Amino acid sequence: MTLHQQFEKVWGNLPGWGQLAAVNHTSIGRRFMLTGAVFFIIGGVLAMLIRTQLALPAQDIINPDVYGQVFTMHGTVMMFLFAIPILEGMAIYMIPKLIGTRDLVFPRISALGYYCYLFGGIIIMSSLVLGMAPDSGWFMYTPLSSAEFAPGPGSDFWLLGITFVEISAMAAGVEITVSILRTRAPGMTLSKMPIMAWYILAMALMIVFGFPPLILASIMLELERAAGMPFFEVAAGGDPILWQHLFWLFGHPEVYIIFLPAAGIISTLIPVFAGRPLVGYRWIVLAIILTGFISFGLWVHHMFTVGIPQLAQAFFSIASMLVAVPTAIQIFAWIATLWHGRVTYNLPMLWVFGFLIIFVCGGLTGVMLALVPFNWQVHDTHFVVAHMHYVLVGGMFFPLIAGLYYWLPQMSGRMPSESIGKWAFWLTFIGFNATFLLMHLTGLLGMPRRVYSYSGGLGWDWLNLLSSVGGFVMAAGVGMIILDVALHFKFGRKAPFNPWKADTLEWATGTPPTAYNFASIPRVETRHPLREHPNIANTMAEGQHGLADISHGRREIYGTDAITGKLKEVIHLPTNSWWPMISAAFLAGVCISLLVRVYPVAIMFAVLAAITLLRWSWENGGHKAMAPLTEEEWQRDEPPLNSRTCDGPGLWGMNVTLLADAALYLSLIFGWFYLWTVSPNWVVPEDSAISLPGLLLSGVLLTVGTLWYRQTVRRLCQGNDVGLGKNLAGCAALAIAHLLALLWFTVSAELSFTENSHDAVLLLMLMFQIFHSVLVAVTTSLQSLRVRYGYVSHRLPYEPVVLKPLWLYTTAIFWVSYASFLLLPMVWGGGV
Amino acid sequence: MMHKLLLRIKKLLPKRLAKVAVIAMILSLTACSGPYSTLDPAGPHAQSVAYIWWGMFWFGTFVTIFMTLLWWHAMRRNGTDTPDNEVQGKQNSWVIWGGIALPVGAITLLLAFGIPAGHRMLPFDGDDVVHIEVTSHQWFWQVYYPDLDITLIDEIHIPVDTPINFHIRSDDVIHSFWVPRLGGKVDAIPGSTNVLRLQASETGRFEGQCAEYCGVGHAHMDFAIHAHSADDFASWQETVVQGDRP
Repeated sequence: MTLHQQFEKVWGNLPGWGQLAAVNHTSIGRRFMLTGAVFFIIGGVLAMLIRTQLALPAQDIINPDVYGQVFTMHGTVMMFLFAIPILEGMAIYMIPKLIGTRDLVFPRISALGYYCYLFGGIIIMSSLVLGMAPDSGWFMYTPLSSAEFAPGPGSDFWLLGITFVEISAMAAGVEITVSILRTRAPGMTLSKMPIMAWYILAMALMIVFGFPPLILASIMLELERAAGMPFFEVAAGGDPILWQHLFWLFGHPEVYIIFLPAAGIISTLIPVFAGRPLVGYRWIVLAIILTGFISFGLWVHHMFTVGIPQLAQAFFSIASMLVAVPTAIQIFAWIATLWHGRVTYNLPMLWVFGFLIIFVCGGLTGVMLALVPFNWQVHDTHFVVAHMHYVLVGGMFFPLIAGLYYWLPQMSGRMPSESIGKWAFWLTFIGFNATFLLMHLTGLLGMPRRVYSYSGGLGWDWLNLLSSVGGFVMAAGVGMIILDVALHFKFGRKAPFNPWKADTLEWATGTPPTAYNFASIPRVETRHPLREHPNIANTMAEGQHGLADISHGRREIYGTDAITGKLKEVIHLPTNSWWPMISAAFLAGVCISLLVRVYPVAIMFAVLAAITLLRWSWENGGHKAMAPLTEEEWQRDEPPLNSRTCDGPGLWGMNVTLLADAALYLSLIFGWFYLWTVSPNWVVPEDSAISLPGLLLSGVLLTVGTLWYRQTVRRLCQGNDVGLGKNLAGCAALAIAHLLALLWFTVSAELSFTENSHDAVLLLMLMFQIFHSVLVAVTTSLQSLRVRYGYVSHRLPYEPVVLKPLWLYTTAIFWVSYASFLLLPMVWGGGV
Repeated sequence: MMHKLLLRIKKLLPKRLAKVAVIAMILSLTACSGPYSTLDPAGPHAQSVAYIWWGMFWFGTFVTIFMTLLWWHAMRRNGTDTPDNEVQGKQNSWVIWGGIALPVGAITLLLAFGIPAGHRMLPFDGDDVVHIEVTSHQWFWQVYYPDLDITLIDEIHIPVDTPINFHIRSDDVIHSFWVPRLGGKVDAIPGSTNVLRLQASETGRFEGQCAEYCGVGHAHMDFAIHAHSADDFASWQETVVQGDRP
């Protein structure tokens, strides 16, 4: 058997239906991108319906009710089911190849993410087929989306479906962050990463912090709709503007979550085609970090007309303009690279050029919109529609197609056709500008967004007609791209090795890539491995570098230090698994039964999903399906396996997950203080409904448990596992006692959570705490059980270490909640 | 290198500029008027926004053309003669001038005009300010004059050249009150009151509409403001107070 065949046997997917159990990042990444492309076509068809309806004045091809569904779904599909997932898919596919490893660090999580995306997408699309799609706009402003004004299931489809799909974004965010930080090829310091990895790292971290506010808001609105908890209802002490804050707290970073990876494509392509290393690498890294930070401080520019205090408007206006600085830094670094290089003209570069023109226009109108007086005029008009499409199509779609043509030979091993590709570009470019350049004027002439029809003679007729014609020209262009890509699989000429003379490792995988990417993993101490070591692809394939032995049958990659890239451990990865798909299917069951409001069934599915996820987690560490202790592993010349260490990727995964969790919790605290200070009818009940001493008792039990757990883990990592199982069981018993107290005092609290927003937020906080306490109790109990099975011991200390941050976090939020939800109101007094 | 480029731009620009200017003039004469056009202002607020827009438009057009030409030139020229380490040394000047100085300068300029303009639009109280209350409903506007104690639907009468403070609320979902030829919009939010200052500098009928999506009737939720001369407004007030109009 050749080395390749041996590797393929360990790393390959199962045949036939077994493909569904695949966890490999190349397979999952491809599926994400393909599914995203299908949703793009669906979103595009919806756009064509809109342009057909608006082509002429006073048309009634589509009635206003259906039109509401069409534009809501167009935005929703394009944002949540196309733009973000396809870029996640690209990152999932590309990152391990770029940083010189074989897979992402939590492969089963990739698969779970994909199935949540697929099932959630299908659930959302089914609403369109059933004619009950959400129709309050893609940002779902309440009260229009509330039970009173949207009584049908449309809003529920959006809230539940999108939250379900967001599991995939969160999974990708956590997994990609940890992968980039902990699994780079040995020697690859942060400053030697390909620039694309920086962009994707920023995207992943922004997902981690950016999505939780939306997830919280969706849960709150769904609880308001289904259980009558009035978070956004003015009469009961809520405030609809809270929804807007939480939505845009997600919504604005989201724009950069989409833009950054696309800009990463540009930063990757330009140096390759200019034949010159990227000029200003450090500046670009700085710009990426700045973009990430600033983007969380400008959400209010979507809300300049809701009556925010002037000072806040001025702050957010200037912050919104300042985000132009990091963007300009990147653009000038790109120009400098082109300036000092000799450019090869080809299809990807054509798309890059198109990107520049459109994106510069979109950026400029963005700065204009950040100017508050101008914003008051054109907000919610077609000017904003035009701006947004310039930024998103210019800033995301054009780079994406540039990247598609660039990496197509890597994915398929074949070259695309230049001639069809050029036609496709010009049709798309001309069609796009015809549609949206004119639309700026349509907006300035006063046409609002989201009108299903308009009267003739307002000066909008010819503009709309030309926009519609342009829209169809662009659709033809997109059609030709699809045709070109489809045809190239059959007729494209075979791609030579590294056809563009690129300098990064993804071209060393073989084209199309193998399941394991690289047969051996080299030290990488340069940003341009393929340029500086022209023979590296061969030596890697021949197995001359690290981890070339596969006789043990484990999927293995290197784990390295987050900053220096120093080799730390060998990470053994899980192989093909059905658990991700089964768990996702049960979660889909939860989603659907909540939609049709059959709550007992929803609970049943939730329990099944939890059991499946726990069963999945059972196959870890020393379990026979993973990496049981053997003699062989100590004799070979490689660092220890990760499950034999105390600082493995699992700990990093837990920490990054808790960062996301903390972002959600902070959003909840923000909501609490926001309602307290702003909501006109906020009422604080005279006496606290919750027993303060009772909760104090519950908190003390948790704190003692945490201290005990910390002590146990410290001893374990020192190599002492005497009484480990008993200690863990004791901690678990304390967690359960804490949980029972918490449950008892919650149930006996008599919160009037359907009449009073104050009590509704309190209940939500308690539910959040209960969720975490259950998690701590169950996982710790399982750990003590795993000690008995021999999966956890002083030689396998990995898992209790992973749970330690969860204990600390659960205790921390308990006391923060105790202080800010229970004590502070007593000190600060009642109503404001 | 830079001066060559500038020469090239100079050669190109006059022709382009002339073309663009002619097109823009035709556009501004014919296409910019309209009952809802922000570019056909009839009040001081809309006027200052229109000025700002044209300033931004010309500046933006210039920047777009400049960037496109710069990019195009950078692609066309062959810069491989400079060795790598020297090129990396030049990055700072590119980034500092183009990436930092250019946007910061443009933003400063914009704010220098924008902040005073925004300040003038704020609804400060004054003796001569007329107070009108507007409550939005799905899908009509209820207009109440507290001084006259009368209520109108979808129509508003105001005196010309007088600042008006509209106190805007909503009875159901979020709407947005917008009269493009007079000035900016403000949202009608359940549970709170937003104040919008508008002023008409000529008499006539000005169209208004809801700008925030508010359900199936959104596209038809329009209204009109009639600006009268002082005398006409006084006589209109007399007529309605006498009960000739509901």
